[in-house]
Amino acid sequence: MFDSLSERFSGLVKTLSGRGRISESNVRDAMANVRTALLEADVNYDVVDQFSRRVLDKAIGAEVLNSLEPGQQIIKIVYDELVELMGPSATGVQFVASPPTIIMMCGLQGSGKTTTCGKLALYLKGKGKNPLLVAADTQRPAAIEQLATLATQVDVPVYREDGVANPVPICRNAIEHARQTGRDVVILDTAGRLHIDAPLMEQLRQINATVRPHQIFLVIDAMVGQDAVQSARAFNEQLEIDGIIVTKFDSDTRGGAALSVRSVTGKPIKFMGVGEKLQMLEEFHPDRIAQRILGMGDVLSLVEKAQEHFDEKQAQKMQAKLANATFTLDDFLDQMRSVRKMGPLKQLLGMMPGMGAALKDMHLPEEELNKAEAIIQSMARKERQNPDMIEASHRRRIARGSGVQVDDVSRLIKGFVSARDMVKKMSRFTMGDKAGLAKAMASMTPEQYSAMSRMSAGPLREASRLSPQQKRKLRERRRRGH
Amino acid sequence: MAFEFIKRAINEGVDKLRGGLAKTRSALLGSLQSLLRGRALDDALIAELKQRLIMSDIGVVATDKIIQDLHAAWKDRRINSGDQVLEFLKSELRRYWPAESRALLVAASGPTVILVTGINGAGKTTSIAKLGQWLKSQGKTVMVAACDTFRAAAVEQLTIWANRIGVDIVKHQMGADPAAVAFDACQAAKARGIDVLIVDTAGRLHTQDHLMRELAKIRRVIQKVIPEAPHEVLLVLDATTGQNAIRQAEEFKKAVELTGIFLAKLDGTAKGGIVVAIRHQLSLPVKFIGIGETPDDMEPFDPDQFVEALFQQETAVKPQ
Repeated sequence: MFDSLSERFSGLVKTLSGRGRISESNVRDAMANVRTALLEADVNYDVVDQFSRRVLDKAIGAEVLNSLEPGQQIIKIVYDELVELMGPSATGVQFVASPPTIIMMCGLQGSGKTTTCGKLALYLKGKGKNPLLVAADTQRPAAIEQLATLATQVDVPVYREDGVANPVPICRNAIEHARQTGRDVVILDTAGRLHIDAPLMEQLRQINATVRPHQIFLVIDAMVGQDAVQSARAFNEQLEIDGIIVTKFDSDTRGGAALSVRSVTGKPIKFMGVGEKLQMLEEFHPDRIAQRILGMGDVLSLVEKAQEHFDEKQAQKMQAKLANATFTLDDFLDQMRSVRKMGPLKQLLGMMPGMGAALKDMHLPEEELNKAEAIIQSMARKERQNPDMIEASHRRRIARGSGVQVDDVSRLIKGFVSARDMVKKMSRFTMGDKAGLAKAMASMTPEQYSAMSRMSAGPLREASRLSPQQKRKLRERRRRGH
Repeated sequence: MAFEFIKRAINEGVDKLRGGLAKTRSALLGSLQSLLRGRALDDALIAELKQRLIMSDIGVVATDKIIQDLHAAWKDRRINSGDQVLEFLKSELRRYWPAESRALLVAASGPTVILVTGINGAGKTTSIAKLGQWLKSQGKTVMVAACDTFRAAAVEQLTIWANRIGVDIVKHQMGADPAAVAFDACQAAKARGIDVLIVDTAGRLHTQDHLMRELAKIRRVIQKVIPEAPHEVLLVLDATTGQNAIRQAEEFKKAVELTGIFLAKLDGTAKGGIVVAIRHQLSLPVKFIGIGETPDDMEPFDPDQFVEALFQQETAVKPQ
């Protein structure tokens, strides 16, 4: 996601940062590159035009160019404008005082509405709500079955009227059903349609007029081209949507649609779909996305993810075990699983500052991790507690049990033992000597380390210093708007 | 059925493609007419033209190339008015499609196997229904294989289509190994003397390595039963996709040796410019286009017709 875009923007950051003097033509050249990158990323032409004009207007002024760190200033302008383009941050769902809150999903065919309905239901359950899914897609073959299957997977009831062709009464009856059964959120899954399909758009307007949904979400595919803005605009004009959900963010799309639709419709992006699994729906934070685009990483989201999946006590216990080398293969398995629960490795590492571009062509061994899991699971409990005792004959048994070669087992054990010992050494540093730890880290992964320190001394500091203010500003603006 | 077919042929015919593309034109090239008519060619006009081309998803690279050529022709005084530009663009676009075979590749004997791939929501299942209907109308016997065992109700969806167009289907339970379904389907197609077997697969993002390898495995398993199969490996692309379509085509090509593209949803406001971008950057023929919601809404891709339709007079076309 945004990989190649962030590559180009990192280029901009590199050209401009650390320079004492920057001429107007430096800025223009750099922005011309950015412009092309945005167009190649399917950002709408008009949006690109406005964006580069705004950046240039602000950047090319004596004040900026003669300032102490013009490069940093310009990067900050670009960052602000990116946030402005995608913001304000307005994630989540607003609930009404007297339930049920009615949410209507709409969009083109194949944008991912039905899957997103399932994800949204799961998200709402996590917020303590009792959602009801409504199968209002009477067009596509087996759409009702699909929603029903998803509903079972997330353990949420589904309302359906098989054989009824008109979705309007289905939606009306569903609301009544929700009232009677005490469901507090109703999610209407409507059929995919082209925004130029007059009869089907009329049908949506009828549903809208009949059940008066409190929130209408437009679902769009992150890979859609220049046409994204047309359909978003049309849906918005006809239905006055409340928010946008962008799907398939986990592809390598450059994400132009996400950058364009907000500025065309004026409606916020609420969520993004980041994977096939149903829990893979994330709130959309423009400031964090802008940081990712500029190659600053998204440490905040990473920390949140970690907090979701680890509890503090467990972490402390683990650290103690690491320190005195009583860390076993069982603990290792636990750790590995917790980390993997957070999402694919590539996604996680992509959130680290400076890692975006480096990850582009890297092949990450998710499969190796599966293998490791299988190997550890094929061990006896004693062996997991004390891997040093595993003999050659045991290794053969383990290899047979997990369907790998004996070498694989040996490699895993060897790797584990040496990692355990190294961690022990490192944890000694943490206790007494922080500088020593830093040195140890730097000697381990000099490239990563220097990338991190470079980034954290640069734009990341700027961004994180600014973001609370900015958030407050946005919050105020939002309050005024409501 | 025969009556239906004749009625359809008479009533719709080529108009249908024009109908589908009418919306394309009104968004992009239709407006070129009013932009260009009666204007002298100058830098401002060229800049406007560039903008229109980019907005049609033709892509920055292909657009730059076209604009460069236009600029050269203008400097050489080969063209100097807006009216000539239209003809120039047409011939320029036509040059993108040299003579090549876009016919469906078929087996010399035994069943022809068509493997259908694409990302989630591209329109694979519907496109398969269209292909099946089209092949049936040519007197072929058709079977479909439900290898999308992942997405909820995907098997049901294909089953409904198979019943509607009246073709056999081979399916397993949800969650079954898709390669096993393909294996069974190939054997069934051989045993029953079926002409064409169309294999549906689960939508997968081209960035998911393990899923791409699963696809390669399906291909290998098909090959085990029918050595020269699959004869066609089609990538279904959503015509509204932007430049990411190129990436999709590249990655799928790497994984399963694509033989062609089925461009779905060209009836939308899809600008279809992505066809040009794909042609410009990849040597993959677009073989079919999907232009509506019913199983009949499919056409073999014809570049001359495509370019002509792009530049049709707006008044001569009645949108569907």
